Amino acid sequence: MLYFSNLKIFSVLAVIIITLLFAVPNFFGKDQLETFPNFFPKQQVNLGLDLQGGSHLLLEVDTEEIIKERVENLNADVRRVLKKNNLNYSNFKVSNESLKFIVEGFNSEIQKEISELSMSNSQNILTMGDQTNLIITQEENTVQINFTEEFIKQSVSNAVAQSLEIVRRRIDELGTREPSIQRQGSSRIIIQLPGIDDPDRIKSLLGQTAKLTFQLVDTSVNFDPFNPSKAPIGSEILASDADEEFKYIVKKRIMVGGENLVDAQPGFDPQTNEPIVSFRFDRIGATKFGRVTQQNVGKPFAIVLDNKVISAPVIREAILGGSGQISGGFDSEEANDLAILLRAGALPAPLIILEERSVGPDLGADSIEAGQFAAIIGFIAVIIFMIFVYRYFGLLADIALIINLFMVLGVLSLFQATLTLPGIAGIILTIGMAVDANVLIFERVKEEIRNGSNMMNAVENGYKRALSTILDANITTLIAAIILFFMASGPVRGFSITLAIGIFTSVFTAFTFTRLLISLNAKRLKPNFVGLSKNA
Amino acid sequence: MLNISGTQINFLKVRVITFILSAILIFLSIGAFFVNGLNFGIDFKGGTLIEIETSQEIEISGLRDNLNTLELGDVQVQEFGSSKNLLIRVEQQLGGDQVQQDVVQIVKDSLGSYLSTDINFRRTEVVGPKVSGELIQSGAIAILVAVFAMLVYIWFRFEWQFSLGAVLALVHDVILTIGVFCITQLEFNLPIIAAILTIVGYSMNDTVVVYDRVRENLRKYRSKEITDLLNLSINDTLSRTIVTSVTTLLALLSLFIFGGEVIKGFTFAMIWGVIVGTYSSIFVAAPLLRYLDVKREWNTTSAVDSTR
Repeated sequence: MLYFSNLKIFSVLAVIIITLLFAVPNFFGKDQLETFPNFFPKQQVNLGLDLQGGSHLLLEVDTEEIIKERVENLNADVRRVLKKNNLNYSNFKVSNESLKFIVEGFNSEIQKEISELSMSNSQNILTMGDQTNLIITQEENTVQINFTEEFIKQSVSNAVAQSLEIVRRRIDELGTREPSIQRQGSSRIIIQLPGIDDPDRIKSLLGQTAKLTFQLVDTSVNFDPFNPSKAPIGSEILASDADEEFKYIVKKRIMVGGENLVDAQPGFDPQTNEPIVSFRFDRIGATKFGRVTQQNVGKPFAIVLDNKVISAPVIREAILGGSGQISGGFDSEEANDLAILLRAGALPAPLIILEERSVGPDLGADSIEAGQFAAIIGFIAVIIFMIFVYRYFGLLADIALIINLFMVLGVLSLFQATLTLPGIAGIILTIGMAVDANVLIFERVKEEIRNGSNMMNAVENGYKRALSTILDANITTLIAAIILFFMASGPVRGFSITLAIGIFTSVFTAFTFTRLLISLNAKRLKPNFVGLSKNA
Repeated sequence: MLNISGTQINFLKVRVITFILSAILIFLSIGAFFVNGLNFGIDFKGGTLIEIETSQEIEISGLRDNLNTLELGDVQVQEFGSSKNLLIRVEQQLGGDQVQQDVVQIVKDSLGSYLSTDINFRRTEVVGPKVSGELIQSGAIAILVAVFAMLVYIWFRFEWQFSLGAVLALVHDVILTIGVFCITQLEFNLPIIAAILTIVGYSMNDTVVVYDRVRENLRKYRSKEITDLLNLSINDTLSRTIVTSVTTLLALLSLFIFGGEVIKGFTFAMIWGVIVGTYSSIFVAAPLLRYLDVKREWNTTSAVDSTR
């Protein structure tokens, strides 16, 4: 076990030197790294949000809302088809996921018509070929219509994917530094925002669905804004965005929606100097808007955002150019945010914030400093203790420990793993535990010597006998680290990473590097080198 | 020169005492669990945590009274490391995930108007009811899975008697660690689960080293009385057990003293776990083998032969 071929020596040293090279960039500033030659690794350890400061948000797409909306649309489609075919229906019930009604004369023809209408209306949701998205069951005159499970699943999945894209656009618009936006599980989104410790603005941007519509104000009824009567069929009562108490009555039919916008920019009204958002429609939007405004000159229309009326200007003349502006008593930041929301598009469903963790830059810096200091002290303590117990061999183990520490840093940089505060704790724990492999070996060596072996054989057998123990002992810790990795997220996950890396590097250095050092000195070894007194 | 080699301590002789001691500690832990319960942090209970740093010292009780008038339920204020660092905890609000988000703004506004000093918001954490429920569940599952994985691994590498002994020692360590958190009422949060999992790994590591030696000695001394053989094995590995525990504790102590407030609870759990884990390897796991009827006829061609 003590013999090393030149090739082996070379590969051991090569592995160590390469990993160490990857650790080097961490000791230099970004500017200094620029001056390094190209072949030199430049990746530094990725600091977790708890160390560099930043904000972590966990959001969930409100999937119930999506299903509700789909059922709502289906409801309208079905009624339209029934009406068109002059069928009288009764007991119409809309539940969470299905429609149920009693009707006479419902036949396969009508069934087909409903299916086709529903399919064409959900074209943008999914492409399932000719497969229907409805299950229609009929028992005598009672008809029940459900969406297929597949359709519901795909609707939700699409909505989440779409939300992810819109969240990304909204955050990008704010010019945040290296945000990370990822999907988690079926309906969640994780957002990591380095350098942002007060995510209020982002939270408020994400808290709005930003569904913009232009709807005509219903002027057919007399209406007191502070004490609204019931809205006639086809109209609805909406509150003003500025004053919850002030109501509008608007037609349900949407003239144009936010999906037809191509641009929105904040600005100032040249006459009043009030902050505004100016927007531009696409071709379809411009045509629609032009037609409606032409037909309704002199009447007011409402600009509605998330079911609240921002403003309700009177149409002075037909707006044919496809652009316009919204003014609603905003300040310039509000105008700016609204423009961002309109440019990024509406969310298909509301987002719910499940978790927020924000760390200010000071605390992060303090944690790094405290962690480094603790590591250095712990390190020195372990080094002294090992020399005290194992003398010369202890010194060798200490050299391996130093190498080991830099290897952990190198591997972290190489794989761009994230270092967190618990991760630093993991490294410090590794300092304590990394010597274990060497301790096991040295104890065996001592034992062999006590049993009468000469030094060379003792070392030889010490390594041989300790091997299976070392593997067993480290695999148990590795199992714990792996379970932790899969169960945890964020900072705690960083701990499992450093712990696992530490296990690998410490076993590796014990079996290659320390052994190599010992073998190079093999001829000169004496029992007291391993901490045994000469008469032991 | 430190020399713990070649000891001949009769560990098995005191096994009745240590078993009783362990039984009492387990009993106390379980009792404390039901009487005091764990002091769950917001990771598991939900709610809001805000750490602030102020430019002047703050009178805590006044601030606490002020925050408790906000109708946010129970608001705790405590010093965190220094008198200018405060930790404010607001309990979870009724009404689902959405409502929790308002708390931060309310508290921030109130702090701004109540305190006349500069306030630096060092940390803000809001955990809603959905996530906290999941975290506690996945934490418990992780510990159970880890213990089970150890059971299977040791069974695979040794035989069932060893596996049972090791896992009993492991459960002993986990119960005592949870117990110390019930008794001290230190905050129990996500990093503590990480600490317990590491303790599971560490304690098993320690136990495996002793067991490995037991197995080796079982092959070597086929007719040796089991009690003597266990004693011999513990003594053989004692030096290693102590050296590794000391180096680990040295590193952890340094982290506990200098590593900052945020991970104090985590380091405390680890230190406790290393002490308990070391104790249990020597005084619980190894002596248990005496009662578990270990196999004496080891097949020397077995794949796990370490004497080859």
